[in-house]
Amino acid sequence: MAIIERSITSTEVFSVATPSSSLGALKRPVATTGWKSWLFTVDHKKLGIMYSAAALFFFIVGGLEAVLIRLQLAAPNGKILNADLYNQMFTMHATTMVFLFVMPMAAGLANYFIPLQIGARDVAFPRINAFSFWAFLFGGLFLNLSWFLGGAADGGWFMYAPNSGPVFSPSHGIDFWVLGLQITGIASLAGAVNLITTVLNMRAPGMKLMRMPIFTWMQLVVQFLLLFAVPVITVALFLLSFQRNFGATFFDVSAGADPLLWQHLFWIFGHPEVYILILPSFGVISEVLPVFSRKPLFGYPFVVFSGAAIGFVGWGVWAHHMFASGLGPVSVAVFSISTMAIAVPTGVKIVNWTMTLWGGKLEFTAAMKFAVGLIVLFTIGGLSGVTHSVAPSDTQQTDTYYIVAHFHYVLFGGAVFGLFSGFYYWWPKVFGKLLNEKLGTWNFWLMVIGMNMTFGPMHILGLQGQPRRMYQWTEARAGEGLFNFGFWNMFASIGSIVLSIGILLFLINIVITARNGKVAPLDPWDARSLEWMTSNPPKEHNFDSIPTISHLDEFFHRKYQEDASGQMVKVKTAEQVMKELEDNADAHIHMPSPSYWPIFLAAGLPVISFGVIYSIPIAIIGGVIVLFGCYGWSIEPSTAPDDDFDPPATTKDVVHVG
Amino acid sequence: MTTDSHTETDGAAHTSTGLSNNKLGMWLFLGSECLLFGGLISTYMLYRGRVGEGPRPSQVFDIPFTSVSSFVLLMSSLTMVLAVSAAHKGDDRNTYLWTTVTAILGATFVGGQVYEFTAFYNEGMGFTTSLFSSSFYVLTGFHGVHVTVGVIMLMSIVGIMKRSKVPGSKSETVEMIGLYWHFVDVVWIIIFTLIYLIPA
Repeated sequence: MAIIERSITSTEVFSVATPSSSLGALKRPVATTGWKSWLFTVDHKKLGIMYSAAALFFFIVGGLEAVLIRLQLAAPNGKILNADLYNQMFTMHATTMVFLFVMPMAAGLANYFIPLQIGARDVAFPRINAFSFWAFLFGGLFLNLSWFLGGAADGGWFMYAPNSGPVFSPSHGIDFWVLGLQITGIASLAGAVNLITTVLNMRAPGMKLMRMPIFTWMQLVVQFLLLFAVPVITVALFLLSFQRNFGATFFDVSAGADPLLWQHLFWIFGHPEVYILILPSFGVISEVLPVFSRKPLFGYPFVVFSGAAIGFVGWGVWAHHMFASGLGPVSVAVFSISTMAIAVPTGVKIVNWTMTLWGGKLEFTAAMKFAVGLIVLFTIGGLSGVTHSVAPSDTQQTDTYYIVAHFHYVLFGGAVFGLFSGFYYWWPKVFGKLLNEKLGTWNFWLMVIGMNMTFGPMHILGLQGQPRRMYQWTEARAGEGLFNFGFWNMFASIGSIVLSIGILLFLINIVITARNGKVAPLDPWDARSLEWMTSNPPKEHNFDSIPTISHLDEFFHRKYQEDASGQMVKVKTAEQVMKELEDNADAHIHMPSPSYWPIFLAAGLPVISFGVIYSIPIAIIGGVIVLFGCYGWSIEPSTAPDDDFDPPATTKDVVHVG
Repeated sequence: MTTDSHTETDGAAHTSTGLSNNKLGMWLFLGSECLLFGGLISTYMLYRGRVGEGPRPSQVFDIPFTSVSSFVLLMSSLTMVLAVSAAHKGDDRNTYLWTTVTAILGATFVGGQVYEFTAFYNEGMGFTTSLFSSSFYVLTGFHGVHVTVGVIMLMSIVGIMKRSKVPGSKSETVEMIGLYWHFVDVVWIIIFTLIYLIPA
């Protein structure tokens, strides 16, 4: 809808007087402010914000679940949760954190920053983008509805048979889990198709693949992983749903099924998933470290190719999750070696980051602190990860707290710290205000201390034999001496409170910044990549004119040039660079139009899912909604035709976007 | 002045790869579908010998019948090519004709599958009879649903084109459905070979 008349001085958005019709019945949505402008938007920036806001909400939900788990385990014979509720709690904690926090938060950053980083005005398929968001949100809410409808899923996040079967889990919890993940899977798949197409097809002139910012590169790898991993879990979830709802026996050993089938399908998805979670954060800190070291990223091609290598080798390590299942010596040996091998590209990245810091003019902003925090904490988690590749030792550690310690170091110390680094780095870009640095420092240190207090002792607990997923431990099993189970469990639980306070400070920081935060200058960090070559927050059309790219770190090279002695010196301010773009501004920029259909279509999916659980007629209603949505969608042009605008746009000088 | 951007539908003229967004998106989606069918086929291959008390594959399969319906489906790829070719030439009449013929051939295949499923059911092979039967019905059922979706798309596109409401390029829309249709056919060749031709 939005046609933007650009004169040099005004970025006013003209509203449209004669909206085109959708399916002949509905008027096309035209609101540019208010809730309707968010509900029906196809703008990648609004969708990015909505993704992140929803993910933050689920982060709080998942965090509260974690705190309940730690309170239960703080002392022997915990009484806060009963066994059944405890099972639901750890299952939903993991599911929420993996599928409803880290993935969508990374998707939010990808949505917002990929088009900006490659010099595009929107993604390739703006309506599919909106659909992805709504499908994710509805899927996540659907999953969590199970808490109120007879109990949540209780089989653990990897939902092994036979715990996933109707005998061991008679409530509807796992049905909600299966269908909820199916819906978020559709969202991820649609998002992957969209973002890969965007990165490959929508780059600004001169933006060769090897000139792309690292964040975009890592997201490209992630989206390919999603593209090929999601269908595998889709198959597994379908089979499980047919078993639970229609009487099939795919994972029922008593009917002759192979219980390892689920494990293989799950982990063929599940291990690439691990890299889906961590690579976006690797991308974020590869942007942050050079900016605050005042140096280019050390070995850019190595960081790119090691990311791609992780993406490839990530497909060949899944069975290291299954060393205790009796795979046989050949499989175990192969997967041990591939697991050791995948540590190499990860190590390459750590070397590159360290060398980026080496000799740089380091500036420890909150974003930088979180980035350095990631390097240290992820390395610890990576090292305990390598110990898992030693199958004999892993067989001992399987299903103990040692594993829990490992993946929290890589996922919390790695993925989450990277995301927080991104929050502090990009906040001024998105909202035009700087997050409070002082609170940021407290936020960082409380999170570092809290996370090490919580997850550090779990190494010890695990090696001493405390199993995962036990809802209580008893004094009799706590062991001797001061540093027994009791001490470390209490220590970890106190740590989780410290960690929670750290995260609370971040939320407080958001509120304080929104109320009276410092307005960010155009280029607050003296940044290097293209997303900073536009206003804060960016205009609806991102760039007044699409820049032609001639360098990696294009923005930096427009600001700095080599002087006679080979030193890079600042020759232009960010304002001057911006002015050049504005002087060449495109006259009319024709942005993709808002649409009812993405949210409408996505709303059909949970209706179908309810129907599968409760009664088939409801599913048919959902199916009709989806079908109707598809027709509405395919008849509606993605961008409103020129004669829908008043005054009619003349195609001659209109730049079409997305 | 840079005008290097494009709408969702207006072709490949300005993209970085030279491939239109729609086509690239469709190829990516089909790549993902390979893994979907890969998972289903693996499940079937694992379970095809586990018949329990139920009938064995060789007892129920009617290979001549399925060969004929497979032939019908393969021929629909040919008519799909004719439809795409007519669409590229801007020959509306033949586009409608061949698209409709493709839809009819696809529907015939689905009809054959329904008949086959009914016959198997009557011979005592229900969905829950054995691991073999469940994984057979899931795999072929998923394929059947894909063909059905294709038929619906083909019939819809004819209807929409006759009212000339297709946003963007008509020929590309037909070509996209064609890509999907050929993919579904290729998958059937694999499924037919693995399920029916290679004895368990």
